[in-house]
Amino acid sequence: MKRRERMLQDLEQEIRDHIEMATQDNMDRGMSPEEARYAAVRKFGNVTRVKEDSREVWSVVCLEQLLQDIRFALRMLSKSPGFTAVAMLTLAIGIGGNAAVFSVVNSVLLKPLNYPRSEELVSLHQIAPGAAGLADFENGLLLSPSMYFTYAEQNRTFQSLGVWSTDTANVTGLGDPEQVRTVAVSDGVLQALGTPPGIGRWFSAGDQIPRGPERVMLSYGYWQRRFGGDQAAIGRNILIDSRPREIVGVMPKGFRFIDSDFDVMVPMAFDRGHLILAGFGFHGIARLKPGATIPQANADVARMVGIWMDSWTNGPKSNPHIYETWKITPMIRPLKQEVIGNVNEVLWVVMGTIGLVMFIACANLANLLLVRVESRQQELAVRAALGAGNGRIVRSLLTESVMLGLMGGALGVGLAYAGTQFLLSAGPANLPRLSEITLDTRTLGFTLLLSLLSGLLFGLIPALKYAGPRTSLALRSTGRTIGVSRERHRARNVLVVVQVAMAFVLIVSAGLMIRTFESLRTVEPGFTDGKHLQLMRISIPDSLVAEPERVTRIQNQIVDNLSAIPGVQSAAFASQMPMEGFDSSWDAIYAQDKVYSEDAIPPLRRFKHVSPGFYQTAGTRIIAGRELTWAETYGLRNVVMVSENLAREMWATPSAAVGKRITEYPSMPWREVIGVVQDVREIGVQEKAPEIVYWPPIMENLFGPGPAQAIRTMTFVIRSERAGTENFLNEVSKAVWSANPNLPLASVRTMEDVYEKSVARTSFTLVMLGIAACMALALGIVGIYGVISYMVSQRKREIGIRLALGAQSGDVLSMVLREGAKLALLGVCIGVFAAFGLARLMTSLLFGVTAHDPLTFASVATLLISVTLLACYIPARRSVKVDPMVALRYE
Amino acid sequence: MSTKEHAKRIELLQGTLDLLILRTLVLGPAHGHAIAKAIEFRSDDVLQVEQGSLYPALHRLIKRKWISVEGGASENNRRAKFYRLTALGRKQLVLETSKWDKLARAIGRILRPTEEGPS
Repeated sequence: MKRRERMLQDLEQEIRDHIEMATQDNMDRGMSPEEARYAAVRKFGNVTRVKEDSREVWSVVCLEQLLQDIRFALRMLSKSPGFTAVAMLTLAIGIGGNAAVFSVVNSVLLKPLNYPRSEELVSLHQIAPGAAGLADFENGLLLSPSMYFTYAEQNRTFQSLGVWSTDTANVTGLGDPEQVRTVAVSDGVLQALGTPPGIGRWFSAGDQIPRGPERVMLSYGYWQRRFGGDQAAIGRNILIDSRPREIVGVMPKGFRFIDSDFDVMVPMAFDRGHLILAGFGFHGIARLKPGATIPQANADVARMVGIWMDSWTNGPKSNPHIYETWKITPMIRPLKQEVIGNVNEVLWVVMGTIGLVMFIACANLANLLLVRVESRQQELAVRAALGAGNGRIVRSLLTESVMLGLMGGALGVGLAYAGTQFLLSAGPANLPRLSEITLDTRTLGFTLLLSLLSGLLFGLIPALKYAGPRTSLALRSTGRTIGVSRERHRARNVLVVVQVAMAFVLIVSAGLMIRTFESLRTVEPGFTDGKHLQLMRISIPDSLVAEPERVTRIQNQIVDNLSAIPGVQSAAFASQMPMEGFDSSWDAIYAQDKVYSEDAIPPLRRFKHVSPGFYQTAGTRIIAGRELTWAETYGLRNVVMVSENLAREMWATPSAAVGKRITEYPSMPWREVIGVVQDVREIGVQEKAPEIVYWPPIMENLFGPGPAQAIRTMTFVIRSERAGTENFLNEVSKAVWSANPNLPLASVRTMEDVYEKSVARTSFTLVMLGIAACMALALGIVGIYGVISYMVSQRKREIGIRLALGAQSGDVLSMVLREGAKLALLGVCIGVFAAFGLARLMTSLLFGVTAHDPLTFASVATLLISVTLLACYIPARRSVKVDPMVALRYE
Repeated sequence: MSTKEHAKRIELLQGTLDLLILRTLVLGPAHGHAIAKAIEFRSDDVLQVEQGSLYPALHRLIKRKWISVEGGASENNRRAKFYRLTALGRKQLVLETSKWDKLARAIGRILRPTEEGPS
């Protein structure tokens, strides 16, 4: 910098000397001093240009000019703080929104999972289209233990393979009894995931032996919470479901099991000698051999399905090849896809809409800049006259807009940070990998790129528009409102039409989500008034209470205690409430009055266990027949209730179902249908209500022939106005503990919470699209307002003349409004076409409304047109108030 | 300078200014104005040194190390920058001169085919 300055000074001095010498020469030739000097200067030419050109020899010119342009741009921007503030804010909102959503997309969809070489990890997904009922499984056909052994031992494409499942367990002996989240893993799961333990060791093959030593691993969080991060925890025993297990290791901080947080991890310990073919209840995970592809793995598993059927049996006289009719087909997918699930559609739709908002913001800014450049014609013309090249001026205009883009982007990063924080706290609980969301370098890079590109985009239009030799015209027209060429108007009009069209698309998509939400709200979920339904999970392990009937008695006692709490209308329990999201259980159901062929298995049905009084408590209507009684429960009577749709499917009407008999195995006693209940949206509000069989909470022959078994983990349901209050929950805990003090309460929440969670995806999309649509609408209004008021100010003179010549103010008003209406209509028309195409992309997010819902389209069109007309009305009013004399005096 | 006077002057071809500066400096170090004057004088005022390009050209030559700068006193005893041909510049001048000769001959042959050649 120093050297350059000295050089510059030298150069100036030299040029001065040069001109002086030339003057002297001229005087020697007989010119007068003034004449001589004038001639010398004239001959020398543009001093500044010479200085610049000489300097260019030494420096990276564009860099230096860039610095200059930046300084100039900053000066220009600070000169019009109003414009700069509006522009920056617009950009900050647009860029901030995009950065926030991108950080989510990046963390959830783009970043690899947090395991070593995670691209090799796959989930052993398989489907079974031939197993009626099973095909609906969101998880496909899970693996059975025997499948696991076959796959683990016979495969050719996996480095390691294992199965896992999640559950809950009671931990006692460490202060208050506590229900913890457990994950059970077979040998091969930890090896596949590949994350080494933080301290201690993994499970060894020796820990997987049935009736062997019982071991456990802890999550980092649980270790910190319960053992204060004490290394000495290794080797200690903890009581899990009342059985001591030795702690062998702790997983490192930040380790999540697939996508779930867990507290403790236990080994599976399958008893190999007693395994049958069935028992499809485990998720499979594997790590591919390096170079192995998913199609190869699929072929490998397909081959092993045959081996599996040949190697195992379901017991004597059963036909293992019955499963051929199930058409078990491996559909192995990357583990990442399994984790992400169905949110990628949502996220891409949200990313797309927020991107559209950015486009609208850019169009808006381009418009603002067009107006600004026009008002700067004089300045630009002067600069051109002083020797600035056309390219140089375009470049300096672009620098200005890129500067704006960058400043807006910087502000946007702040907004994005706030946005992601908001998302983390208010975001949908079922958004996978939520905890991984951060503003990392990739997001910052994206933001920078977006800022630069948007700056170029909205800057290019006015810059190119300007580029053209209009110097003399602009210079001459000092202060006069010359007519603005039609062509320059057209650029702005096109921008406004594009804005309106994009706003239309966004508002339509938000509108479709609103309609979806509305139709969700009208769906009868199968329970009533979820706000006043208190839920909690209680599990009674057999290590605590061995005898089945005692389990049911305790559960009954809990219900009685709960019902005695003041303000409680009723209480009951069921193996799970609708939408709770636990893995469902399935049974093949035979009806006594139907004929089944030898080998065929009838369709599988979901089944649940419910206590007497459950339907009344939950608010599920009984369509026909009656509810279960405690007497029948304890009497182990062979009774059952079914859902309305199952009754209709099997016997045409609900009332016909009452008295019919069904069973899970033809060889076992028939159970009489005593009641038919309303359909329940078990899987979620958006999903069809499944057919359900409701067994009593305790029954014989539950999993094949055998003595009575009680369902030990139940969701208790309490109907009370006081649901959810802290006071109430204290009384509830006391009531439970007075039945048995060793029972932890888990998943304490209201039915409303469960419901909200199940529609979280929809409400998340709704909120995001709603925000995007509001931004689009606001920007669109600003855009059209700006254009119309600019038009009015440009045509002041014309309007003045019209008024002076006797035009009525109404005529002028309608003229201006017509101009606005024309743009709005055109925008809406284009928007309708665009929305027609684009809304189809979000079909999977919609419910109860088509992507081309005419009501939504019509109301959005009406809204948009009326709002834009309103935006035009304000400048139009102003135009009518033009005083003809004043307008004409401007000339 | 009037328009008429201007008409008989010829603008320098791109790149020839460098050559002329180098040639001028063979006679000894000189300052900017002197170089311009020398070129105009030695071409009988036919060649017009575009003053706007003189200084950028000088800087270009310095950067290529074909000339160097030194302080000195001008005719009327003012401090001025003097430009001196370097050894590298001298070599370059020989090279450029022969290139120029070739170019001039070639152009001459094309423009007046009858005057030259062995016909």
